[in-house]
Amino acid sequence: MNLPIYMDNHSTTQVDPRVVEEMLPYFTAHFGNAASRNHSFGWDADKAVEVGRERLAKIIHADPKEIIFTSGATESNNLALKGVAEMYAEKGDHIITQVTEHRSVLDTAKRLEKSGIRVTYLPVDQEGLVDPEEVRKAITDRTILISIMLVNNEIGVIQPVEEIGKIAKERGILFHCDATQGVGKVKVDVHAMGIDLLSFTAHKLYGPKGVGALYVRRKNPRVRLAPMMDGGGHERGMRSGTLNVPGIVGFGKACEIAMEVMDEEAARLLRLRERLSSGITGALEEVYLNGHPVKRMPGNLNLSFAYVEGESMLMGLKEVALSSGSACTSATLEPSYVLQALGIGIELAHSSIRFGLGRFNTEEEVDYVIGRVIATVNRLREMSPLYEMVKEGVNLKEVKWGKH
Amino acid sequence: MKYSDDVEDHYNNPRNVGSFEKDAKDVGTGIVGAPECGDVMKLQLKIDNGIIVDAKFKTFGCGSAIASSSLATEWVKGKTLDEAMTIKNTEIVETLHLPPVKIHCSVLAEDAIKAAIDDYKNRHNGSEGK
Repeated sequence: MNLPIYMDNHSTTQVDPRVVEEMLPYFTAHFGNAASRNHSFGWDADKAVEVGRERLAKIIHADPKEIIFTSGATESNNLALKGVAEMYAEKGDHIITQVTEHRSVLDTAKRLEKSGIRVTYLPVDQEGLVDPEEVRKAITDRTILISIMLVNNEIGVIQPVEEIGKIAKERGILFHCDATQGVGKVKVDVHAMGIDLLSFTAHKLYGPKGVGALYVRRKNPRVRLAPMMDGGGHERGMRSGTLNVPGIVGFGKACEIAMEVMDEEAARLLRLRERLSSGITGALEEVYLNGHPVKRMPGNLNLSFAYVEGESMLMGLKEVALSSGSACTSATLEPSYVLQALGIGIELAHSSIRFGLGRFNTEEEVDYVIGRVIATVNRLREMSPLYEMVKEGVNLKEVKWGKH
Repeated sequence: MKYSDDVEDHYNNPRNVGSFEKDAKDVGTGIVGAPECGDVMKLQLKIDNGIIVDAKFKTFGCGSAIASSSLATEWVKGKTLDEAMTIKNTEIVETLHLPPVKIHCSVLAEDAIKAAIDDYKNRHNGSEGK
């Protein structure tokens, strides 16, 4: 076993060696521009792009013509929301989304609000799930888009996308799904799920960074988008810009591998997660699971360790790459808005750790992490005035805390 | 967050972790911060003849909060109450090389010293007695 251990696979993943191998010739021998129509360099690149497009389409059960390549999921989410808002401005001006979406959906929605779009941010329940009936109730005759993620990036919960898709279809409203964390991990079928637009990216499924895609439905209905990038009219005019050929090749290969191994990998990750979870909770008191216990992707475990602050835990677990919802680890200096949306109490948001298991994690690593987590939490609790107070019988909720 | 070696050292080898009996006559206790803010510091001073003879802390918070309080316990020892009152958060920032976003940890440590001294003084009716 080598240190440090990478267990932050919701942040990004290691590129699978098979993906790298497939990409390499497209930096050197086949470096052409896929838009060059008049020589073999261009033809080779174009052919590789189309193979990639087919592989992407397959993993979400779409047609290759419905895949628009982008720079990543952030761009895909921006394009979906802004592109629909502009294109369908005459039809309406209302978008429905929910509070635990990724920032690239929420911040895009906020920007659209500045230009006169109305946005409904639906709440989630204590386990992080949206109620499809709430979606139905929020629909007005001015609603043009519903945007709900498939898998949450912090707590791994899987939203009831199929039910929401059905409601969207019934009402003839476009449905965008940010499936960045889901594709390659859980089954995605844009038809069965009633999805019209779907964002995903290569680097979350063992592909390279810098390449993503937006699925844009062509039939029933044919979705149109106002582009954000103007230029050469690439990607059916929806996203101009020279295609990232090696990236697309890698993205395609990553999808192909993911399809092949998904069932087996999901079962293995689920076993590892159960081992990690029971190993930790069996040895430590007052550890709380964040998010739905069952409706979550296999590799995700998000735990709050009462009376211990998240960043100090990460500092103690230096040889393990993890992430925390603590304020001290965020750029905004606010604890995780996702955890706050669950209503678990801000102090538990400060105390959260996200474990993101992936393809390359082993049982040996999991056992090592269990031991290190237990030791670190015990050490920090011995140092925690809150833990001491609770042990003395103090109710922390009744203490008058100062402000700062 | 990538911290200085000084913060790492105090985090890994915190000085004076622990508690004194808070009702003891020669002890002053300061608890500052709030769980919702992500940091709570408890600093305790043992005072003899107006001199801080010992100090202990417990901190819930990030690495720099732990380091700031650990450093504070080292600094107050041997000082008179008046001397300890003059410890400035900026000195903690400089010594630990805290990044700007962590300055509030040093403020908290300064506040904890003052709160502990206030507690001691209040319990001695404002006199700096024994």
